[in-house]
Amino acid sequence: MSMLQFKIRRIRSTLMFILCGFCVILALIPLILIFYHTLSLGVGALTVEFFTQLPKPVGEPGGGLANAIVGTLILVALGSCISLPVGIFAGIFLSEFGNNMFAQAVRFLTDVLSGLPSIVAGVVAYTLVVVPMKHFSAYAGGVALGILMIPTITRTTEEMLKLVPTTLREAALALGIARWKVILRIVLRTAIPGVITGILLAIARAAGETAPLLFTSLNNRFWHTTLDQPIASLTVFIYNYGVSPFEDWIRQAWGGALVLIGMILLLSLAVRFVTQTRMKGLQ
Amino acid sequence: MLIDIKIPSMKVNQEVNREQKRTKNSSGMKIEAKNVSAWFGTVQAIKNISLSIPEHSVVAIIGPSGCGKSTFLRSINRMHETVPNTRVQGEILLDGVDVYSMDAVLVRKRVGMVFQKPNPFPTMSIYDNVAAGLRMNGVRSKNVLDEVVERSLRQAALWDEVKDSLSKSGMSLSGGQQQRLCIARALAVNPEVLLMDEPASALDPISTAKIEELIYGLKENYTIVIVTHNMQQAARVSDYTAFMYLGELVEYDATRIIFTNPKNKQTEDYITGRFG
Repeated sequence: MSMLQFKIRRIRSTLMFILCGFCVILALIPLILIFYHTLSLGVGALTVEFFTQLPKPVGEPGGGLANAIVGTLILVALGSCISLPVGIFAGIFLSEFGNNMFAQAVRFLTDVLSGLPSIVAGVVAYTLVVVPMKHFSAYAGGVALGILMIPTITRTTEEMLKLVPTTLREAALALGIARWKVILRIVLRTAIPGVITGILLAIARAAGETAPLLFTSLNNRFWHTTLDQPIASLTVFIYNYGVSPFEDWIRQAWGGALVLIGMILLLSLAVRFVTQTRMKGLQ
Repeated sequence: MLIDIKIPSMKVNQEVNREQKRTKNSSGMKIEAKNVSAWFGTVQAIKNISLSIPEHSVVAIIGPSGCGKSTFLRSINRMHETVPNTRVQGEILLDGVDVYSMDAVLVRKRVGMVFQKPNPFPTMSIYDNVAAGLRMNGVRSKNVLDEVVERSLRQAALWDEVKDSLSKSGMSLSGGQQQRLCIARALAVNPEVLLMDEPASALDPISTAKIEELIYGLKENYTIVIVTHNMQQAARVSDYTAFMYLGELVEYDATRIIFTNPKNKQTEDYITGRFG
């Protein structure tokens, strides 16, 4: 190779490297801006009251969003109760038994479902739960979030299980272990860190949803006593407070956004920590 | 670390042992394959294979790549059918009963398998790897498990190397150790037959020698079928050798005869290295 060709190749390589670096920075800019903006505007609202008290009536300063924080946790938990079993087992089906037309159809529909506008999930939950019950409820919100979480969990579970080498399945089958045990206790166990990543992505998305909650769990300025009542959630409060004319409410909306980001961050870190310490001795 | 490789003396013992075994088990065959054919989709991988394997013997299957050695091995413990779009025809009798009339899981409990590439369960410790087969079939007792794990690891000649690190990951071991771990894992469920699919082909010569020594010791208690590309290995470890070519069984006889006085021209050409 001539010197010139070599130089051109080096320059091309450098240009590509710069391009990649530039795009990474470009992708990070909105993330950092949002985080910085939320932090600077929201941190002022974070008092002890914010975490312990109910919202105050209009015009009265102070109060907190304790019921909304708990409400969001409950709604996400309800959504997870629905979507985790369905998503994980559907993922197992697609990966382990997915060699047929039916599975192809399920896979395609799951992909369509994951692109579903979240408000449509709300309409579905409204029709399925709110209309028969004749009132808004935490259950309805949970169903809406569950519907949104299922496709993500299904597809990531499938992909993660597919990454488990066939040789492991064969090793287990050759030991005279029944197939369902091989799948649950060898294949799923091997893929669990990846499956958990999928679940966390789904939870993070669900926790940040407002639209599907607007006409399912509605909102509640007080503590809920049972789950068949409307329930407060951070996102709906952020939406209501954010468009309000009161400075105090807007400040609290920023605080709520910050708490929401913090909650998802903490959850991710906690789950990562737990799975990593459990896997640590084995890597 | 010094490793004792006793291949010449092994050969002598093997001869003596073989005579003893033959008189002891003159009654029946452990495995009898009758007209076994197997397909991948529409491609026939093995054609009408019939051969009998005496109890407590080591049978080597040799032949060029793609001749159906592994497929035949995998049809014995019904692993062939785990691949989509495959089928098997014919009978494989295990102690006189067709494995295709039994429950596949039960067949695999009696017929263990060691694969070409060491494949310990990556999320499990050394101990858990060996205990996996028993645990998942409902054995809970710590005493029983401890005992079986130690016995299996000793049988696989791995105990002394890992006894102080049983809680470490199976993946932390070297390739040769991993393969012996896989052998221990297969032995832990107490099978009657052990199928080995080129168990030493991914290993260095020293680990290979260890595995071969191991096979020699294991035939006291197990019937072993080993697929190998290495003809010296077949000559060293086996009592009987089957030569397969293009899906057919060309010749099957005592290893001594196959390697010194083969009846078939193709066998002779293959073992003398004229093709394959």
